[in-house]
Formats: sequence, C-alpha cells, structure tokens
Amino acid sequence: MATTVDARGFSCPQPVLMTLEAIKKGSPQDLIVLVDTDTSKENVMRAAQSQGYTVQEVAPEGEGYRIQLVKG
Amino acid sequence: MRFPTDENVLVGLDRADDAGVYKVSDDLALIQTVDFFTPIVDDPYWFGQIAAANALSDVYAMGGVPKTAMNLVAFPAKDLGLDILRAIIQGGIDKLTEARVVLVGGHSIEDKELKYGLSVTGFVHPRRILTKKNLQASDRLILTKPLGTGIVNTAIKARMASDELTERVTRLMAALNRTAAHVMADFPVHACTDVTGFGLLGHLAEMVEGSGKSALISAGRVPIFPEAVELASMGLIPAGAYKNRDFRRAMVSFSPDVPLALQDILFDPQTSGGLLISIEATHAEPLLVALRDAGLETSAIIGEVLDDPAEQIVVVA
Repeated sequence: MATTVDARGFSCPQPVLMTLEAIKKGSPQDLIVLVDTDTSKENVMRAAQSQGYTVQEVAPEGEGYRIQLVKG
Repeated sequence: MRFPTDENVLVGLDRADDAGVYKVSDDLALIQTVDFFTPIVDDPYWFGQIAAANALSDVYAMGGVPKTAMNLVAFPAKDLGLDILRAIIQGGIDKLTEARVVLVGGHSIEDKELKYGLSVTGFVHPRRILTKKNLQASDRLILTKPLGTGIVNTAIKARMASDELTERVTRLMAALNRTAAHVMADFPVHACTDVTGFGLLGHLAEMVEGSGKSALISAGRVPIFPEAVELASMGLIPAGAYKNRDFRRAMVSFSPDVPLALQDILFDPQTSGGLLISIEATHAEPLLVALRDAGLETSAIIGEVLDDPAEQIVVVA
C-alpha cells in the first residue's frame, strides 16, 4: 500500500513540507503525491529526490499531477 | 499601445529599461522610477529598508544619483497597528538618509494587503546614462551581490532557514547599490542593470536581446548564498524561478555539468539584488578590485559577451 500525500490546494512551500514530513514519518517504499501546480510538481520532485527517492511517473490528474515516487 | 512622448524623453517605454530618463538641459536629465511590494520579511523595520533599497536601485543601475523620494503605502489599518506602519516608514527613511536622498511626500490608502514602496527621482548627465542595451563583444560581466534571496525567503516561510542565514540575507537585501554605483562611475562601463524579479539569467536575457551579441556565464563563478544550493535541491524554490526559466527557455542553454540546483539559483527571482555590469575586458579586473576594496567582497566576474549574433546565453560549469 503506497502512502499518499494530497497537497492539492496548498501553495509552496507547503507541498514540499508535507512530502518531507511523510518521508520522515514512515520512510515509505512507495509514495504518491498529488499537487495542483507546476511549481509544486517541480519542487516536490526535487524534495523527494533529495531524500533518496526516484520519480517513477508524473501523470496529469484532474487539474494537477500525480507524482509516483519510489525509495532508492 | 501608443504612449505620449516628446523629444526630451531619453529612455522611455519604447525600450523599457530600469527607469525612465527625461532631459532637462544639455547637462542634466531626470531619472524616474517607482517600485512597491508586499512584505518579504516579518520585521517591519527591515521591510521598510529593503523596499527603499530596492526602489533606489533602479537609479543606481542607470548610472544616476537619487535625490528625492515619495512614499507609497497601502495599509490594512483595521488589522494592523500603526506602530507597524511607523516602523516600515522609519526603515525607509533610514535607508534614504544613508543614500542622502530626501523624502518629499507620499500617499497612503487603506488596503486589505500591506504594501510599501517609493517613487524615486535621480539626476544623471545625459551623456552618462547607463542602459541595458550596449553589450560589446568580449566585455566581461560583473555581478555585485550573491544570488539566492528568493530561495532563502521560501525557506524562511518553510521555517527551514537558520536565524543567522535569515539575518545575513535580510542585510544583503537592505544593502544599497550605492557603493557599487559610485565605484562603477569611475570606469568606462558599457551597460548595466540590477538583478531583481527575473533572476540573473532573465535580466541578462534583457541585455542580450536585441544586442546582436551572446553571453557566456560560468556558473561556478557566480556569487551565491552557499546554503541556497541545498535549499534549492530540497525544492524550496519560488514559482517565479520556474516562470523565469520557462520564459527564457529558447535563449538559455546549460552545459550538462551545471547542477540543477545551480540552474535554479541562476533563475531565482531576487529582491533588491546586485548590479550586473558589462565592461570592456581590460577594465574588468581593476573594476572588480575596486568593488571588493569598497567592501563588496562577493563581487565577481561571472562571464563574458560573445561576438555571436544568435543572442543566446550559454551557461557552463
């Protein structure tokens, strides 16, 4: 079961903080982050990569993006 | 759109520069500029100083001397105490005093969101105006303040910046470009602008556009706040940095060994950033030494102008 962070409706730096918090809390193998701006998408990808995650897929979802991350 | 103009407009909206310039006589022209924004730091006194330093900067970037200023205030009097407004204006006044500029008036309105800034008028000799549009092949490019204020400000909002870093960045944003302008006045500078919202590469792109020249930037030589690298790689980057990059995508290319975090920093929107100076190669080193001797220790030669009509910016490591 992947951990999902729903950061839609939040403006930066909030989505980054929510992503870092989820990583810090559970260090999940699979992490999905939902965002609704290009800035949040870019920033969340950078934040996750800085914590050793790899971006598996970025898919448009609704008016935003679904970012699929995997540890390692 | 057509703008009203006359023969004394030396720099107007047809070639938008850092400020407008109007000739009064053969040896005097007025430089006029206005800038205001919402708070970028929590402390009202520092916000006032930064807003004033930022408003004055456009006059320095045009090679002029600021003389008079007027306050622009939008204030939510129902939500905030007047002591806050007083502190902001005191910050502005102290910065004007440091710059030897007089405050001659102003205007305030009630607004939901706090805003402060100034309109500034300066003097310049009509033959000594510095604009963005005079890059010459093999000029060297000098930057006088480190980059990364937008990223650090984002980190401050996220509570991920130390007090020490916050103070260092705040002081730098409040620092006048007056010293840099003074030093620069003794050198045969070809072109100048100040680095603000478009980031270093966005403002350089304005200089390159229409110049018939290209520019080469050595990313590793660009002065930055060292902490900004880690903060950028953690995704603490303001939306403006991405907009700046998108807007100039066709003009800017990075060699593959320029780290992404450094690319982000080169597009980071700056508040009250430094001067970006283009000067003939033989004078670049003496100007750099003079800037550093005057206390602007982080000044650096960051690149050069290329005799390439493609009007491209190439960034190497």
